[in-house]
Amino acid sequence: MADFKESKGLMGWIDARLPVTEAFEKHMSKYYAPKNFNVFYIFGVLSIVVLVNQILTGVWLTMSFTPSAEDAFASVEYIMRDVEYGWLIRYMHSTGASAFFIVVYMHMFRGLLYGSYQKPRELVWLFGMAIYLALMAEAFMGYLLPWGQMSYWGAQVIISLFSAIPGIGPDLAQWIRGDYLISGITLNRFFSLHVIALPLVIVALVVLHLLALHHVGSNNPKGVDIKKYKDENGVPLDGIPFHPFYTTHDLVGIAVFLFVFCSVVFFFPEMGGYFLEKPNFEAANALKTPEHIAPTWYFTPFYAILRAVTYPLFGLDAKFWGVVAMGGAIAILFVLPWLDRSPVKSMLYKGWMSKIALTAFCISFVTLGVLGVLPSTDERTTIAQIASVVYFAFFILMPWYTRWESTKTVPERV
Amino acid sequence: MKKIIATITLALLPIVGFASGGGVELEEMTPDRHDKASLQRGLNTFSNYCMGCHDAGYARFERAATDLGIPADLFTANLLPAGNKIGDLMANSMDAKDAKAWFGGAPPDLTLEARVRGSDWVYTYLKAFYEDETRPWGVNNTVFPNVGMPNVLEGLQGVRHLTCAQAPAYDEDHNPLFDTLTGDALTVEKCGIVAQKTKGSLSEEEFEQVVYDVTNFLVYMAEPSRLQSEALGLKVLLFIVLFGVFAFLLNKEYWREIDH
Repeated sequence: MADFKESKGLMGWIDARLPVTEAFEKHMSKYYAPKNFNVFYIFGVLSIVVLVNQILTGVWLTMSFTPSAEDAFASVEYIMRDVEYGWLIRYMHSTGASAFFIVVYMHMFRGLLYGSYQKPRELVWLFGMAIYLALMAEAFMGYLLPWGQMSYWGAQVIISLFSAIPGIGPDLAQWIRGDYLISGITLNRFFSLHVIALPLVIVALVVLHLLALHHVGSNNPKGVDIKKYKDENGVPLDGIPFHPFYTTHDLVGIAVFLFVFCSVVFFFPEMGGYFLEKPNFEAANALKTPEHIAPTWYFTPFYAILRAVTYPLFGLDAKFWGVVAMGGAIAILFVLPWLDRSPVKSMLYKGWMSKIALTAFCISFVTLGVLGVLPSTDERTTIAQIASVVYFAFFILMPWYTRWESTKTVPERV
Repeated sequence: MKKIIATITLALLPIVGFASGGGVELEEMTPDRHDKASLQRGLNTFSNYCMGCHDAGYARFERAATDLGIPADLFTANLLPAGNKIGDLMANSMDAKDAKAWFGGAPPDLTLEARVRGSDWVYTYLKAFYEDETRPWGVNNTVFPNVGMPNVLEGLQGVRHLTCAQAPAYDEDHNPLFDTLTGDALTVEKCGIVAQKTKGSLSEEEFEQVVYDVTNFLVYMAEPSRLQSEALGLKVLLFIVLFGVFAFLLNKEYWREIDH
């Protein structure tokens, strides 16, 4: 106890027992971020805003939701009609799901644009990708809960993909469902995973994502290492404390985001059938397949890749290879930090090949997203196949084009 | 290149204008949730003509009465089906077994019908019945072919049947065709047109109003929170704008000292 030091006041008492001030300084008031952040750097903060929105509205939805095949659909309508402001909580949650993917996709695009995944931020990227994966599982399971027609048949299509795996497939699909077909048992386990397991995983991963980021420091649009030039106190010359400068900065971004978000929540919660699909206003019916089953928009690029594979190979049918391609499209993102061999981080200083590659990648991703919504035709399948090839080529060729191209010199200071 | 772009654009274009159901072009119906008189008439038609068979099992009588501005005692006296309390869900008493025997399937719950199919579909569907002796109820529907439902509004609308008539002719590119000598528009005989056979108790305009009102009510019932949400939404957006202005000024104040 000889070393125990205590300053005066309440904060002194607490700080002697829990490093609150120290943590605040480390992560906020003495966390030095580059001063040249641009608009793309708002989406990380916005993901946290949406995450908090999802957790809070989710807690209140759970209070009135009944996770059973008999009552789930009716309990959602009960929330929409009989619970005070239930419609608002529900629309905030359903719009929040789409908003989450919009901000996360923008956040990932920022990473691609400025090379935020490069050394020493590989773990930041890996934790981020793990969040994205958990988020997809969270969204998929959450979508089953309202027990509408699209909830049911969407889950049916996606879970049946597992049965394409040779040998263990059918048993695996049955193990996931817990039944021979999607039933109340599936609904109950998805509910449990959606409200307990996955949110815990996501929150833990977000903490790791931020700890890893704050350990190595933030990248910036120029990809300049701000830690190279420090003043006599060890503060980076091009860095500014996150609080108050970026907290006030982010408040403006949050206001703009909330304006758009609330416009959707209050005026267009269905968003033309993309945020809430029309067939989902009809209760799930195992005997009636909808005319056209489309996953929600944020999954459609990968769904289009799945459908683009139409050739059987090595005696295994096309569906299996489609699943492999779809899984590969997500898996390949994980190794991105080791594919990029460029000496520079930011697209500003990379060569023309990288610029063309990223543009082609973005176009193919959006094209696949649009195609995934539409029923497939021969023409569309051909376009999806071309777009899928471009998608994979962006990654597979990256070690070569990033090394061959000539890059510009990165300035010393921002 | 242009051709490729055109092909891609065409391939990506979803089919607009046609909804499911016989490929019939739907008539446009713009709902007006603020028109309480229309909604009240719609509720009246709904409870007299639809609720005998259909449920609105997620909605409550009381909510409809409150939202439509009908006093509770008046509603209880005139619109509430016998044996119901005003706080009840709008369910009917038809037995599912009977329904299957009479119609070949239980009539669907209509609470959310307008959200599933859209107001255009409901409006056009209700007007699209025609006489067809091959069907169990003697009627068929151009929007929903071989539907199991009888034309409950026939007394108001009158009997209609399919017939053939002269219609303007078009070439493959949908340009109107004209007689090269006289310059008159060419016509072709077109069949499958629904025409009036016998008159109902209402004129065509009156009947269209009845269908409009009941569709309007179904649209309201599918999402009763919409009026509330639009009123609250404006206030929320106003608050966010105000918050944004102060956030902007605060941010500007802090960043004045940063050279960037």
